[in-house]
Amino acid sequence: MMAETRSLEPHPATERPLSPHLQIYRPMLTMLMSIAHRITGIGLYFGTLLLAWWINAAASPNGYSKFEAFAGSWIGRIILFGYRWALIHHLLGGIRHLIWDTGRGLGPSEREWLAAANLVGSIAITVLLWIVGLLAMGGP
Amino acid sequence: MSAPRHIRTPLGRVRGFGAARSGTGHFWMQRVTAIANIPLTIAAVIIMMMLLGRNQAAVAQILGSAGPAIIMLLFIVSIAIHMRIGMQVIIEDYVHDELTKIGLLIANTFFVIVVGLAAVYGILKLSFGL
Repeated sequence: MMAETRSLEPHPATERPLSPHLQIYRPMLTMLMSIAHRITGIGLYFGTLLLAWWINAAASPNGYSKFEAFAGSWIGRIILFGYRWALIHHLLGGIRHLIWDTGRGLGPSEREWLAAANLVGSIAITVLLWIVGLLAMGGP
Repeated sequence: MSAPRHIRTPLGRVRGFGAARSGTGHFWMQRVTAIANIPLTIAAVIIMMMLLGRNQAAVAQILGSAGPAIIMLLFIVSIAIHMRIGMQVIIEDYVHDELTKIGLLIANTFFVIVVGLAAVYGILKLSFGL
């Protein structure tokens, strides 16, 4: 009883334990996919600037040729490829979160499987869309 | 023990509020828009893929026609609501200085409204041929 009362007194020198930070943990796929979901979300947020530009550029031939010049440049291709991957990854990640919201898929093997499917699926669909896009454009 | 100041139960006091003073509205809206975004994103990606490599006149004509235009408008509105809530959560998670946080939350709202309305304007312009 005495010890408990003493511990309640203010003691500035006391080193209180902190909750473990990110760097304490070994990187795991589920953790990386959680971070990827947030980062792709931020990317898509600013990617809407490209969407708004593309839509408004379509109104005039001059404006559209400027957008096409950007989309055809190397930096443009990389950004649009990244935007498409982020869109697919965030879409699949969102479906994963909605499955979790129902209380399903939270077991150790299920969540690992879902995380792996999220990553593999997003890359596979993005590459597939890229190939379809190249074919639609008439070759690379 | 002093008598309670009011007769409302603890559950009655917190219902619809919580720490953010706005209850579960954002949580729920984030999921509603997430569900809407699934078919809308797939449809928007199909529209974008269909327009790849076409000239400006064809893009303007297809994007301004009723089906694609309505899908794009729904897509823009749904992702705008979704991304405003998402960015708000990120700001609230990482920015702890009160003034900076409020400034960024307001900037977030402005960004979403400006970009969202600019995209909506572009679609309406193509649709009505202004």
